[in-house]
Amino acid sequence: MTLLVYTENREGKFKKATFELLSYAQELAKNINTEIVALSIGDVSPDELNKLGNYGAKKVFSVKDEKLDLLDNKIYTAVIADILEKENAKIIIFPDNLSGRALAPRLSAKLKAGLVSGVVDIPSSYDPFIIKNKVFTGKAYASVKVTSDIKILTLSQNSFGIKDPSSDTPQIEDIKPDISCIDSNLKLLSVDMVTGKLLLTDAERVVSGGRGMRSPENWNLIEELAELLGAATACTRPVSDEGWRPHDEHVGQTGKIIAPELYIACGISGAIQHVGGISSSKVIVAINKDPDAPIFEVADYGILGDFKNVLPELTKAIKETKGS
Amino acid sequence: MKILVCISDVPDTTTKIKFTNENKELDKTGIQWVINPWDELALTRALELKESSGGEIESITVINVGSAASEPTIRKALAMGADNAIRVDIEPKESYFVAYQLAEAIKPREFDIILAGLDSADYNGASVGGMLAELLDMASVSAVSALNIEEGKVLVNREIEGGTQKLEVKTPFIAVVQKGIAIEPRIPAMRGIMMARTKPLEVVEPSNANCLTENLVYELPQPKGACRIFKEEDIKELVEVLHKEAKSI
Ligand SMILES: Cc1cc2nc3c(=O)[nH]c(=O)nc-3n(C[C@H](O)[C@H](O)[C@H](O)COP(=O)(O)OP(=O)(O)OC[C@H]3O[C@@H](n4cnc5c(N)ncnc54)[C@H](O)[C@@H]3O)c2cc1C
Repeated sequence: MTLLVYTENREGKFKKATFELLSYAQELAKNINTEIVALSIGDVSPDELNKLGNYGAKKVFSVKDEKLDLLDNKIYTAVIADILEKENAKIIIFPDNLSGRALAPRLSAKLKAGLVSGVVDIPSSYDPFIIKNKVFTGKAYASVKVTSDIKILTLSQNSFGIKDPSSDTPQIEDIKPDISCIDSNLKLLSVDMVTGKLLLTDAERVVSGGRGMRSPENWNLIEELAELLGAATACTRPVSDEGWRPHDEHVGQTGKIIAPELYIACGISGAIQHVGGISSSKVIVAINKDPDAPIFEVADYGILGDFKNVLPELTKAIKETKGS
Repeated sequence: MKILVCISDVPDTTTKIKFTNENKELDKTGIQWVINPWDELALTRALELKESSGGEIESITVINVGSAASEPTIRKALAMGADNAIRVDIEPKESYFVAYQLAEAIKPREFDIILAGLDSADYNGASVGGMLAELLDMASVSAVSALNIEEGKVLVNREIEGGTQKLEVKTPFIAVVQKGIAIEPRIPAMRGIMMARTKPLEVVEPSNANCLTENLVYELPQPKGACRIFKEEDIKELVEVLHKEAKSI
């Protein structure tokens, strides 16, 4: 019996979330005395695959097939199910992001394997298998018992952290999946990738603006601070609805749900739907001129004042700290 | 072409979640139940497509797994403009259970496009759409942010990590929709509300399904310590704290 981790790469490089997933898996593997097998789909160099061993994978299946480039959920699911069976894996872990949400449910139904999405901790018990996840869009947690033999988990990003890498290398096995007989309903017409911009879901720090920023011109203050911090930029829903900022920056219950190390909310009132998307951030700093703004109820630190003064001052002070 | 939209009823997004019965159950007192915001937008898009399709889309059906208590939500979907509705008569338990009930109810019927919301704002964790696709052995496209029909071809935009793809999809398939599919949900008009009363709402018997998971107990997040407020003059001090204590910069 083994534990399978679904890894993700972008242009052949593994993402931070993958190393977090493996770090998390190490803890489970230790507790149930089993080994970690990692699954990598796509064109990844052997050097990069070796990194999976540094984070605890004993064995890596590297799957390559042109047909997989189409990202057809159905074909992916068939490939993953095959490997799972071959390895007799009883627990499979996905990231709780676009890919995890696309694949884990299909796999769950295919294998009749209980799925717990958005887990935030290691299991509190293995037999029976009980684990905690986020429910009601982050407003609460549930302890969930999984009754099936195979268990599928998606791990909330930034809920566990990354362990220090070792120098262990994994055994790598190349796999050519047998998927020629599965037809795809999808035909790719075009792709539009966001380039040269730090992605919100990858970012460790996020600077976010709300309607209190008054107009899109004032976003240069947000961008300046973000650049200094190596942060991504975000916004509230009315801001993206107004077209002040692109839709992919909208965070909250109906946008992206994020959990960075640092979230700076500027001119954001802290509506419950917004807070649902950011409440798992490690440190929240709010800038608002209204002392009664609900954002101060969820923030760790607050600056009471007008963003026009606060943002330049904050940027200046951080520059000085970094410089010293 | 026939479109089916899966709808779940969930607590209104402004709800402060509370639990009862030793934290084993959601405290439903005072909760306003609404159509899951994503499902509402999916239905809105389906209606827009039907209106602009010049008769190509014959009908829009909504389906819900729930007790009679969810009928007001279903009637609202009919008032928005859906043509008919199906309710599988059982209290939803967990996502596999719900997907199974949906699959069994859908099997004897034919739909070309099935729409499901990305995230049901309750216990289900974004999973019913994908599970349903597998149970029906159908193609699924997740994170769909646009859906169009042009010259009989179904075109979708799908979000992937770091970008958007434009795809042509052969029917039948399931689209799990998210932000962008429609901007504002359609508000039922008076006429729609009147008509909804007489539109067909078929109640079907549930199937025998297993649950794969069980929610044992709930908890609320730990309340945060009080927020430390700094004045404009004290920004330097805050930066020190963020640097030295919180270690976030
Ligand atoms: C079904 C549904 C889903 C929703 N989903 C989301 C979601 O996912 N994400 C989301 O963000 N919202 C969502 N909303 C909207 C949400 O309810 C709020 O309307 C929204 O979050 C408010 O945005 P805001 O904080 O930018 O604006 P406001 O509420 O207008 O707040 C502006 C804030 O800026 C402050 N301010 C003004 N001027 C200054 C200044 N000069 N300096 C400093 N501070 C200043 C004000 O004191 C105020 O607190 C949803 C709503 C519904 C109904």
